[in-house]
Amino acid sequence: MLSKKQARAFFLGGTLVTFLIFIGLTIYSFSKGNDQTNRENLTADVVRGKEIWESNNCMGCHTLLGEGAYYAPELTKVVDRLNIRYDGNGEEVIKSILMSPSPWQLNGRKMVAYGMTEQEAGDVIAFFKWIGKIDLNGFDRVISPLAKEKMNK
Amino acid sequence: MKYKSQKVAYWFFALSMLLLVLQIVYGFVMGFARIGFDNLHEFVPFNVARAVHTNLLVVWLLSGFMGAAYYIIPEEAQRELVNVKLAYVQLISLALVGVTAIVGFHFNIWEGRKFLEIPRPLDYLVVVNVLLFLGLILTTLFKGKRQTTTALVLSMGLLFAALLYLPGMIPFDSQVTDSFFRWWVVHLWVEGVWELIMGGILSFLLIKLTGVDREVIEKWLYVIVGLTFLSGVLGTGHHYYYIGVNKIWIIVGGIFSALEPLAFLAMALFAVNMYRKGEKKHPNKLALYWTLGAAITSFVGAGLLGFAHTLPQTNIYTHGTLVTAMHGHLAFWGAYGMIVLAIISYSLPNLTGRKLYDSSRGRMAFWLANIGMLGMTVAFGVAGVAQVYLERKFKMDFMLVQKEIAIHFVVLVLCASIFATGIVLYIIDFYKHGRPTDEALEINE
Repeated sequence: MLSKKQARAFFLGGTLVTFLIFIGLTIYSFSKGNDQTNRENLTADVVRGKEIWESNNCMGCHTLLGEGAYYAPELTKVVDRLNIRYDGNGEEVIKSILMSPSPWQLNGRKMVAYGMTEQEAGDVIAFFKWIGKIDLNGFDRVISPLAKEKMNK
Repeated sequence: MKYKSQKVAYWFFALSMLLLVLQIVYGFVMGFARIGFDNLHEFVPFNVARAVHTNLLVVWLLSGFMGAAYYIIPEEAQRELVNVKLAYVQLISLALVGVTAIVGFHFNIWEGRKFLEIPRPLDYLVVVNVLLFLGLILTTLFKGKRQTTTALVLSMGLLFAALLYLPGMIPFDSQVTDSFFRWWVVHLWVEGVWELIMGGILSFLLIKLTGVDREVIEKWLYVIVGLTFLSGVLGTGHHYYYIGVNKIWIIVGGIFSALEPLAFLAMALFAVNMYRKGEKKHPNKLALYWTLGAAITSFVGAGLLGFAHTLPQTNIYTHGTLVTAMHGHLAFWGAYGMIVLAIISYSLPNLTGRKLYDSSRGRMAFWLANIGMLGMTVAFGVAGVAQVYLERKFKMDFMLVQKEIAIHFVVLVLCASIFATGIVLYIIDFYKHGRPTDEALEINE
């Protein structure tokens, strides 16, 4: 029968081993050749866009890379999707939503009116475009905005 | 109650109850907004309600865990808390930081990172607060007459929870890296070190309520927390499948996430078996309800429902849908909400000297809260599965799908009302116990 000492050894040993493997895998997945985070294309615009994204808690309604609040649309590949819907004018549409002084209210749900400047809206779009080029291990095909828009059209 | 200083636990529990009520209020704001009644949009837009709802969850649970530690550690270490005044300072500062953060959310002051919305300057205050708490708890433990496994596991959970808050404070330019390390905090909290805290509290309650030998209970406690870390640490990988990191996490996360229910199953079997083995029939039936309820509901909510949507083949469709909300609600409720309510139910009669052990109001609170939460889980689940099929499989537009599934949120709000009624009854019971008193020291259990 298992003794208390053996049970403690199982807990401490198992924890140590799995933590070490976890740290090793973290290093592996960000190492050269294995990193698929699109880090090399990070520009100052993209970083500013991320700051705007965070400082307004956009994730409190939308999802991005599948993470967020499921109240407003997924925004991974949003530029591509709106380009199809609005004949290549996706970026203009996003800008007009972000710069609007009154709440955007398509299909009933209100979005906070952020009244951004053109520069700020441009940064957010740069951020979305950078997000859209990340390799998502096939998730992008499932949310498949391009196929979806073609089907809805 | 064996030591006067344990009384401080009462006020942490009271703060916890207050924040739980607020959390439920903001939950209703979101539920109504999803049905179409977002009349409060101008003052409380959805993203504010959401941030307040999830952050209050974290703070009321932490306040409950801290109260549990202030109650359990003196009793386990067999001495008074080293400094009671500082414990009250810690309580007040915790409340102030929490309230400041939540007020700030209403004025667009936050970080916008799911679950970690508290702005950076307040993060530093959280760190100071938690360091003070840990200082008090650990000094009491190590100056005490004995260091039990239960106390050590509980303290280790609290210490690791504090340490793991730090990766969430590192700034990253990349959304992917940011998200990657954010899960170090969120996942390793809820599917790692918080389970140590839960295990520690569960072990303390089982020792007190069942009378089974401490050595037996603490041996199995090690096995359970061992299983938790063995599966939970590498199980973090299930958050990494589709956010832009290497495919290796699909294999590793898939395998270890599938093992995660084992820890919860072991916890449920452990609690039920100890109850059956126990010869002592403690009169505090309500504490027993909540204790066994926590062990069983956490297996269903965190274990089974977690397993159902962390398989990579399923998760590719369910990632970023309401299926996550389904799992999240029952998991947090079962594993952490109920264990906090269990320790409160156990300690209140001891702190106040009023032995309201088995009131019909208390039993109603238990059943209504649980039935309500199960109903909410089903409503989220049906909405989530419908969303997966309509949006992900049939490629319908997001907002059209939301209109189709709005009816499930009517059901959600109805079930949430049942849940809220249960919580109100629980809080009435809490209030009826009165204040903690030194006279309770003389009353034997």
